[in-house]
Amino acid sequence: MLAIPTATPPVRDSATSVVPEASLSVPTMVAFQGVTKRFADRGGQGEFTALAGVDYTVPKGAITGIIGRSGAGKSTLIRLVNGLEVPSSGSVLVDGVDVTGLDENGLRSLRRQVGMIFQHFNLLSSRTVYDNIALPLEIAGFDRRAIKARVQPLIDLVGLSDKSGRYPAELSGGQKQRVGIARALSTEPKLLLSDEATSALDPETTQSILDLLKAINRDLGLTVLLITHEMEVVKTIASHVAVIDKGLIVESGRTFDVFTRPAHETTRALLSGLAGTKVPEAITRRLKPMAGAGDRVYTRLTFFGATAEQPLISRLMSELGSDVNIITGTIDEIAGEPYGSLVVSYAADPSVTVRADDFYRQTGLSTEVLGYGA
Amino acid sequence: MAPDMLLALLWKALVQTIHMVTVAGFIGTLIGLPIGVFLANSGKGELFAAPMTNRIVGLVVNATRSTPFIILVVAIIPFTRMIAGTSIGTSAAIVPLTIATIPFVARLIEAAIREVDRGLIEAARAMGASRWQIVTKVLIAEARPGITLALTLTLVSLIGYSAMVGAVGGGGLGDLGIRYGYQRFMPEVMLAVVVVLVLLVQAVQSAGDGLARRFDKRNRHG
Repeated sequence: MLAIPTATPPVRDSATSVVPEASLSVPTMVAFQGVTKRFADRGGQGEFTALAGVDYTVPKGAITGIIGRSGAGKSTLIRLVNGLEVPSSGSVLVDGVDVTGLDENGLRSLRRQVGMIFQHFNLLSSRTVYDNIALPLEIAGFDRRAIKARVQPLIDLVGLSDKSGRYPAELSGGQKQRVGIARALSTEPKLLLSDEATSALDPETTQSILDLLKAINRDLGLTVLLITHEMEVVKTIASHVAVIDKGLIVESGRTFDVFTRPAHETTRALLSGLAGTKVPEAITRRLKPMAGAGDRVYTRLTFFGATAEQPLISRLMSELGSDVNIITGTIDEIAGEPYGSLVVSYAADPSVTVRADDFYRQTGLSTEVLGYGA
Repeated sequence: MAPDMLLALLWKALVQTIHMVTVAGFIGTLIGLPIGVFLANSGKGELFAAPMTNRIVGLVVNATRSTPFIILVVAIIPFTRMIAGTSIGTSAAIVPLTIATIPFVARLIEAAIREVDRGLIEAARAMGASRWQIVTKVLIAEARPGITLALTLTLVSLIGYSAMVGAVGGGGLGDLGIRYGYQRFMPEVMLAVVVVLVLLVQAVQSAGDGLARRFDKRNRHG
């Protein structure tokens, strides 16, 4: 029998609110204020709006994920942070400094405090692992000895001690990204930007890179801002998430809250690919919206919270005095917190359902009736 | 022709050819390389964005390249006299050879630089690199195999062009072949000239290929 942890669902601002609770207590690393970005169309006529007015703050010391489909504006958004793109209006503050107001020199010194890693790694093919990691330091004018003192520990940190003299072409994708991460860390930045850093990697390698990013965040206290189109990435490492669609942040907050109770349809659509959140089609196909004689009710129960582990299903059964069928279910972790989703069915008889609803109210279980069927 | 006389003629012509090719190649590269880097990065939205200048420079480069070399040689005689002090002889021949090399090198360097992944420029910018650092530490460093092949091709083409400067008394192997081999009906001279030219081109090409391979770390195995 499943022992399901229960708790009252975390309280969140109204779902459509884009003001993250982080801004109230935690210090801010990046603040987007009314940011818009328009590009001239290819033909030179008309304009394309990449960002349509983004207000969002990225908390210091956390891993924040910005997720959206391709073309949603997330690449543009992350490039505003280190001034690779300039907003058409609004401002971007990094640790209190307005990036849009910086001149070329100011921008260069800001970029030394902001590391960046890329989907296609962007390593120099003509330089060895060591020399690639050394490049930002050469650019910043460090001397040979100071460079060595920085690079060697970084090579060890990312687990490439035996590859120091190799060229990128001799490395696997995961190893290349490790070099990219070490390179981004070489100037000891306070913020790391990740542009789809795992999108070109297989699932296993993705996991190891995410573990590395997590460790860096934890051990170095580095703020990480990542963009991705993969829900799994956000689910695995990001404590905060913002969902971007058509150039707007449509939903944001703690990852656990947003993922367990998605309010915006884009979030739901993006989440539908995640294991355990989707009801198998074989079941949904035979469900009807109204109960007929002898039908059973199909209900999805959602569990979250790390407190009080209770054997809720066995209690539900004894409470109902009727059999409960478990149709499908999953126990998972979102941003380090346990999360469970279970689809059950029981008799649609009012005497049963009334008791069930009572039980849900008492325990604070979040439920959703999917439909009725045999 | 007596063999020792032929050898003396060949040697003198070879030295002249090498002299013209190296000097014109060196100066041409010195001027052509920055132009190539500029052409590769001055389009709209690029590193040295100057679309208007880009178009004008591109036009001048194309015009020079489409002028047949022998016409260029005679057309710029006044300019040659200004630079070299004379319009005939090996030193004078270097002037049109250099002028022809500049746009040639520029276009080849442009192509080699354009081969460099744009993502590397973005990465370098994100590191806080200045434009000068991006050019030297990223673009030229990454394009080194391509640049080496471009300069090899330039030298080989220069060896060919140098055969035409006999028209202004430039001397060299090509001139030797025309004057002795063709005009004086001495097939053995013509044959010797061709053999030396083939060997010379072969040597330059092999050296260039080898160097480019050494610079190229993109396809290493093991």
